[in-house]
Amino acid sequence: MIFSRTLLKRHSVLPGFDLALGFTLLYLSFIVLIPLAAAFLKTFTMTWPAFWAAVSSPRVLASYRLTFGASFAAALVNAFFGLIIAWVLVRYEFPFKRLVDALVDLPFALPTAVAGIALTGLYAGNGWIGQWLARVGIKVSFTPLGVFVALTFIGLPFVVRTLQPIIEDIQKELEEAAATLGANRRQTFTRVLFPILTPALLTGFALAFARALGEYGSVIFIAGNMPMVSEITPLLIITKLEQYDYVGATAIAVVMLVAAFAMLLAINLLQAWTRKRQGR
Amino acid sequence: MPHIPAFAAVSRTGLNLIVGTLLFASTAIAQAAGPALLNVSYDVAREFYKDYNAAFIKQWKKTTNEDLSINQSHGGSSKQARAVIDGLEADVVTMNQSSDIDAIATRAKLLPVDWAKRLPNNSAPTTSTTVILVRKGNPKGIKDWSDLAKPGVSVVIPNPKITGNGRYTYVAAWGALVKGGATPAQVRETVQKIFANVPVFDGGGRAATTTFAQRNIGDALATFESEVNLIKSEFGDNFDVVYPQWSILAENPVAVIDKVVDKKGTRQQAEAYLKYLWSDEAQEIAAKHQLRPRSAALLAKYAKDFPANKTFTIDEAFGGWSNAQKEHFDDGAIYDQIILAIKK
Repeated sequence: MIFSRTLLKRHSVLPGFDLALGFTLLYLSFIVLIPLAAAFLKTFTMTWPAFWAAVSSPRVLASYRLTFGASFAAALVNAFFGLIIAWVLVRYEFPFKRLVDALVDLPFALPTAVAGIALTGLYAGNGWIGQWLARVGIKVSFTPLGVFVALTFIGLPFVVRTLQPIIEDIQKELEEAAATLGANRRQTFTRVLFPILTPALLTGFALAFARALGEYGSVIFIAGNMPMVSEITPLLIITKLEQYDYVGATAIAVVMLVAAFAMLLAINLLQAWTRKRQGR
Repeated sequence: MPHIPAFAAVSRTGLNLIVGTLLFASTAIAQAAGPALLNVSYDVAREFYKDYNAAFIKQWKKTTNEDLSINQSHGGSSKQARAVIDGLEADVVTMNQSSDIDAIATRAKLLPVDWAKRLPNNSAPTTSTTVILVRKGNPKGIKDWSDLAKPGVSVVIPNPKITGNGRYTYVAAWGALVKGGATPAQVRETVQKIFANVPVFDGGGRAATTTFAQRNIGDALATFESEVNLIKSEFGDNFDVVYPQWSILAENPVAVIDKVVDKKGTRQQAEAYLKYLWSDEAQEIAAKHQLRPRSAALLAKYAKDFPANKTFTIDEAFGGWSNAQKEHFDDGAIYDQIILAIKK
């Protein structure tokens, strides 16, 4: 439906639909489709039982659970706190606001290995934060919890940066109107503001989630990489490559790709649905 | 889009293609006017080759009056080998495990499979051995591999599935226990107990060092002798080195990549570069970096850095790396069985 609407659109600043779509397809092909298609083709050299064995051994299954579970949890936490941060950064004035704003982008820019090493140090049993947590019996570094911490760190900017422009667009009058119509603060948030934010929040969540799925550099330092416990799926891909088992590695990669694509698609559909429900 | 499969079939995988191109581009930029060699090497050889390259460039200028430049690429040994297989144009590879050069020979056919016979000493100009680093004063009284299997001892070993350092530790312990007269079942049980005592499987030798030395995790760290001085200078002299009664002789093999040097016309330089590794000057540089020189005279000169311990090679104990890989480290092989048994 969206497609047909685009087709009907005649006037555009860009040079014509045909040319623009051509560029889109060409660019996507080179950057995304061809590399991914190559991964798929590589797995076609496997027999079905070999493929199944590679992607469903207990160790690989344990890594799926950790990777998808920790990524989901991290994205969820980021969605919550990212919303608060974005709100604060847009709506309030405070000293060093620009600095705080810039800090949000740091996880984007920092080499992931640096982030991993820093977080591991902080949360290790003798680290600044880790020693206090250790006293109450919480271990972070070298446990699945550490994986979650690293994934939360790298995912934060995605939520904040997707929400900020949307919050900026919400006019103060909207809240005032809600108030004059008798809505209390909670109602104003849940009935007026939150529905406006939902699509962007879902996008931010999806981006943070997708980013976390593929993360390797930072997690590898903090995870401890205990088999069956804190091995992430990308590590198992590297493990296969280490045996020069390109095919086995791509098999696991394909499973991740399909799963990630299915989830992103679901989130996109959910987002389209919420938009439609709001009549926009 | 019918052109996609055809294109994809030509490339190995798209990812490799992209990585290869990027690496290639970055090395191409670094090339100077004169001939340039690219030495693709393992991670912890950085410091040694920095010094050696300077020495060789000087030597080459003196003998041929040619300005040579040498580019280095360092990383995990197998990762580097894969980069060469996927098209990184290395004139020479200098690794810490012969299986990585074997992989280049068998998979990409860039050099003959009997490459190791082309230079003396199995084509390995230097060696090292796996030792056990313990806390100062050795509070847990660790003297040999079997002590690492005791309950209450914790030992940091990098992940054998993805690091050469970890694999060397595994084969060192295994081979030493066999030399000590244990039955195969006992060997396996002890190695399993050792790995049950590992709190963190780091993704690299240096990461394991950080875990042990900086984060204070573990009573012992298994690592190469060549890393010990670096660890002490970096983290203070808070450690003792334990030489197990038996350990592995880790050979650091080197090879010219024939197809690359013939294409680039750098065979003469590349062969001289590797051959000079056996010169007294190079062997002394190696000794200073705590790599065991092959030269008996220099080994004697630096005897206090290299205590005489009993070592065995991978060929003696396991029939070569490819056998060890198949029997122990491949998916589902003995190492995986041990690890999964621990988790149950």
